[in-house]
Amino acid sequence: MTAQGIGVALRRKEDARFLTGRGTYTDDISRPGQVYAYILRSPHAHASLGRIDTAKAKAAPGVLAVFTGADMQVGGLPCGWGVKSKDGTPMAEPPHPVLAQGKVRHVGDPVAVVIAASRAEAKDASELIEIDYKVLPAAVTVADALKPGASALHEKAPGNLCFDWHIGDKGAVDAAFAKAAHVTQIEIVNNRLVANPVEPRAAIGEFDRGTGEYTLYTTSQNPHVIRLLMGAFVLQLPEHKLRVVAPDVGGGFGSKIFHYAEEAIVTWASAKVGKPIKWTAERGESFASDAHGRDHVTHAELALDKNGKFLALRVATLANMGAYLSTFAPSVPTYLYATLLAGTYTTPAIYAEVKAAFTNTVPVDAYRGAGRPEACFVIERLVDTAAREMKIDPVELRRRNFIAKNAYPYQTPVALVYDSGDYFTTLEMALKSGDHAGFDKRRQDSAKRNKLRGLGIATYIEACGIAPSAVAGALGARAGLYETAEVRVHPTGSITLFTGSHSHGQGHETTFAQLVSERLGIPTEMIDVVHGDTNKIPFGMGTYGSRSLAVGGSAVVKALDKVVNKGKKIAAHLLEASEADIEFKDGKFTVAGTDKNVPFAQIAFSAYVPHNYPIDELEPGLDETAFYDPKNFTYPAGCHIAEVEIDRDTGVVEVVKFTAADDFGRIINPMIVEGQVHGGLAQGIGQALYENAIYDEDGQLLSGSFMDYCMPRADHLPSFSVATNVTLCTHNPLGVKGCGEAGAIGSPAAVINAVVNALAALGVTDMDMPATPERVWRAIAEHNMPKAAE
Amino acid sequence: MTTVTLTVNGKPATAQVEPRTLLVQLLREQLGLTGTHVGCDTSQCGACVVHVDGVSVKSCTLLAVQAEGASVMTIEGLANGNDLHPMQAAFREHHGLQCGFCTPGMVMSAVDFAKRNKKPTEQQVRAWLEGNLCRCTGYHNIVKAILAGTEAMARTAS
Repeated sequence: MTAQGIGVALRRKEDARFLTGRGTYTDDISRPGQVYAYILRSPHAHASLGRIDTAKAKAAPGVLAVFTGADMQVGGLPCGWGVKSKDGTPMAEPPHPVLAQGKVRHVGDPVAVVIAASRAEAKDASELIEIDYKVLPAAVTVADALKPGASALHEKAPGNLCFDWHIGDKGAVDAAFAKAAHVTQIEIVNNRLVANPVEPRAAIGEFDRGTGEYTLYTTSQNPHVIRLLMGAFVLQLPEHKLRVVAPDVGGGFGSKIFHYAEEAIVTWASAKVGKPIKWTAERGESFASDAHGRDHVTHAELALDKNGKFLALRVATLANMGAYLSTFAPSVPTYLYATLLAGTYTTPAIYAEVKAAFTNTVPVDAYRGAGRPEACFVIERLVDTAAREMKIDPVELRRRNFIAKNAYPYQTPVALVYDSGDYFTTLEMALKSGDHAGFDKRRQDSAKRNKLRGLGIATYIEACGIAPSAVAGALGARAGLYETAEVRVHPTGSITLFTGSHSHGQGHETTFAQLVSERLGIPTEMIDVVHGDTNKIPFGMGTYGSRSLAVGGSAVVKALDKVVNKGKKIAAHLLEASEADIEFKDGKFTVAGTDKNVPFAQIAFSAYVPHNYPIDELEPGLDETAFYDPKNFTYPAGCHIAEVEIDRDTGVVEVVKFTAADDFGRIINPMIVEGQVHGGLAQGIGQALYENAIYDEDGQLLSGSFMDYCMPRADHLPSFSVATNVTLCTHNPLGVKGCGEAGAIGSPAAVINAVVNALAALGVTDMDMPATPERVWRAIAEHNMPKAAE
Repeated sequence: MTTVTLTVNGKPATAQVEPRTLLVQLLREQLGLTGTHVGCDTSQCGACVVHVDGVSVKSCTLLAVQAEGASVMTIEGLANGNDLHPMQAAFREHHGLQCGFCTPGMVMSAVDFAKRNKKPTEQQVRAWLEGNLCRCTGYHNIVKAILAGTEAMARTAS
C-alpha cells in the first residue's frame, strides 16, 4: 500500500470544485447564442390526439419554433434489452415516439416543444398551444391492464402484455412443495419509487454548421450509450458527427442511465433552429418523465422441511413496465430479479414467473439496486415469516440455510454462479456491532417510554457488473458490458486517465487515481481522471449496477499493465539489461538483484523524446488503452439489522439504530465505500417508510412533487453503523465486488421485518411499504380492537 | 424590465430583470454564479440557499427585486481565496458530499446554523436540515461535517 494507494481513505480530489461552487453541471453550461426549450406534456394518462394548433404559440414573443410529432419524424427511443416469453415469443416492443404520434399514454408524455429566447417565454407560449384530446380509459396497475377488455395502450401489445417469462425448474419445485413439512406464503407490493437525484435532468443540443457536428451535453450516467442509441436508432447520425458530454452530474441512482426524449429533441431541433438549445426539467417534470423504479406485486411461497431447511421457492410477480419500454426495463424484473432469488441460501429448487405489462404510467426501469432489492424483499420477508410460523429464531433459521463457506463456486438453481462469499461472518459482524444480545433490554427501555421496539434482520446478495458480454447477450442484452480505460502518460510523468465509467457522486476521480498511484508509485496530484466525454474517451458503457470499479477499474489495471510492460522494454534498453530482468516497484524500474534503476518519469520522458530508445523494436510514446470484459458477475453480500421504535398513539416509526455489515471484496477507499453504503441505506429506509409514487385510477400521479412524495430528510434517519468483511472476488484483477447499491438492497426488508417484529405482540404479521404512520396506526388500532360479535 | 442593484459577494451588481425573475435566476443566469443550484420547484430541496444580509435564504423564494439593496453571499464568496472556509473544509474532511449538487446549499445553510448554535447536538443539526435535501449521503457524513465545521468556526472566532 502506498500513501495514497489502495486501502487509503484519501480525501476526494473533486471536492474542491464542488465545495466552492465551481462544479460544471449541465444547466451551468451556457453556449453562445443559446435559446431554451420547454416541453409541453400530456395532462392525460391515456388519450388520442386530434388537432394540434401551434399558430398562436409560434406568434408569441421570443418564440423561434414550435415542433410536434408531425414535424419530428425520427426513429423511436430504442429498448436495449429483449426478453422472450415462456413460449419463446419475443416480448411486445411497441414504438416509443420522441414526441407523441397520434396518442399519449401517460401524464407527462411529451407532445410538443417550444423553442424561445428565454425559459419563461417558451413556457408562456406553450400555454397557447391548442390540443384536442379524446380521453381514453386508463390502467395504472398490471392487474387492471391485463384484465380482459382493458383499454389497449399499443397496437403492438395485445392485451397490454409485454412478456410472460419464467425461470427455474417448475417440476422440481412442485415436487418439493408436495413433500414439505411447512409452507409459508406472502403477498408483497414492492412500492413504486422515484429516483429523484437532486439535480434535475437537463440537456443542451448544439449543431455546428461549419463541421456538421452535433454536441449534446446531458445529465447522463453513460454518454457513449446515449450517443449510440440516439445516433444509430433515433436521429440516424454517425458517431463521428455526434459528441455527447456528461459533465458533472448531480446524482443518478439509475434514472440517468436511460436515453430520454428530451436529449433527442434538443439535438435535432438545434440544427433546425440554428442555435444551441437548452432544456432543464422542473422537478414536476422529473416526477412525470424520469423513469420510475420497482412497482412489483408478488405472491411467494417457501417450502421448508421440519427442521426449517428451505426445500423450494415459488414466486409469481406482476411487473409494471409503465407506458413504454425504457432503455433497460425488461432486464430489471427478469435477469436482475429472479436470478437473485436464491439470495444467500441453499434453496435447491426455485421457480419464478414474471408477467410484465404496459400501463398508463411513467416508464419503469432500473433504480438503485434494480431487481435485487425486490428479490431480497421477497426472500427476507418469507424467511422472517417462516421463522415466526415455525417458532424458530430468525437468526438461527438463516444460519441453517446459508451457503457454506467452502461451497464456492456455488451454482444456484437460477443460473448464477457465486464465486466467493461468507455470509456467516457478515451476519456475526452485524449481530455483534448492532449489539443484538442487548436488544431485549433496549426493548424494555422503549416499553417504559410507551414505545414498541422491534428488530429486523435481512441478508442480501447482489449481482454486479453484468457479465460476460457473451452471456449478457444470450440473456437479451443488446450491448456489450465491458469497460475501457486509457492511461496517457505525459512526457514528464504526469498522467491523464480516461475511463468509460462515469462519476455522478461516486468519486471516481479519487478512487481511480488511487489505482494508478498504487501501481505506478506516483502521487495522485500528478493524476487526473477524465470521464464523461465521447470525444475524449475511446468508448464506455458507463456507470450503473455497481460496475465501475469491478469492470472499469479492471480496465484501468489492464491498461496500467500495458504501460508497465512497455516501460520495462524501455528500461531494459536504458539500463542495458535483459527485459526479463527488469522489475517495477515503488515507481522505479530496477535490474533484479542490483541497485541499477530508472524512475518512472524518466521512462516517460524517453518514450516521448526517444533519443536513446529501442526505436527499431518499439514505437515511441506511452499511452495505452484497454478494454476489459468481465468473466462473471461479482457478488457483494451482507447483513443489515434495523431497530425501530413505534409510537403506539401516532403510528410513527423511527429507525433508532441501523447496522450494516457488508462484503464488497477489496476496498480501495474505505471513506468513499462507507459513504456509498450510507446513501443506499437512506434510499432503502426511504422505500420502507416514506417514499411512494401513487397514481389515482385515472393515471394522475398524486405524489408528484417534493410536497407529496416524502424524500428522506436528515431528521428521518439515524447515524449508521457500517462494517465490512472481505472475501475477494476471484475473477477480476482487483478482487473487488462493488458497493453502490448494497445499502438500498438489504435495508427495506430489514426495516419492515423490524416493524413487524415490533407489532408482533399485537398479532400483526405483515406490513406494506411504505410503513407510513397511517398504515401502522391502522394496524395497531385493528389489532387492539376487540373482535366484533359475529 | 426593472433595475435591481445589490451587493453580491462583496461587489456591487446591477441588472435589468423581469419583475417575475427569482433571485436564483438572477444569480445563475445573469450574474453567472452557477454554484447556487436549483433542484426543485416547490422551495423544498435547499440547493439554492444563499445568505441575504447574513441570513440563509432559499434564493428561489425571493424575487430578484426583493433583494434590492441587499448584500448577498453565494457559495462562490465563502472561501478566502484558495483557503476553504472552515465549514467547506469540514465537508471535505468528513466526506459530507458525493455528487456535489446539494452541497452549496448545504454549506451555506450550515454556516448560518453554526453562527446561531455554538455547541449543537446531532439532533439540532438534523432538525435544522429539514429544508435541505441530499439524495447521496444519507446525511450521516453531512451531520458529522456540520458538527465539526461548527466547532472549527467557533475556534476560529475565539
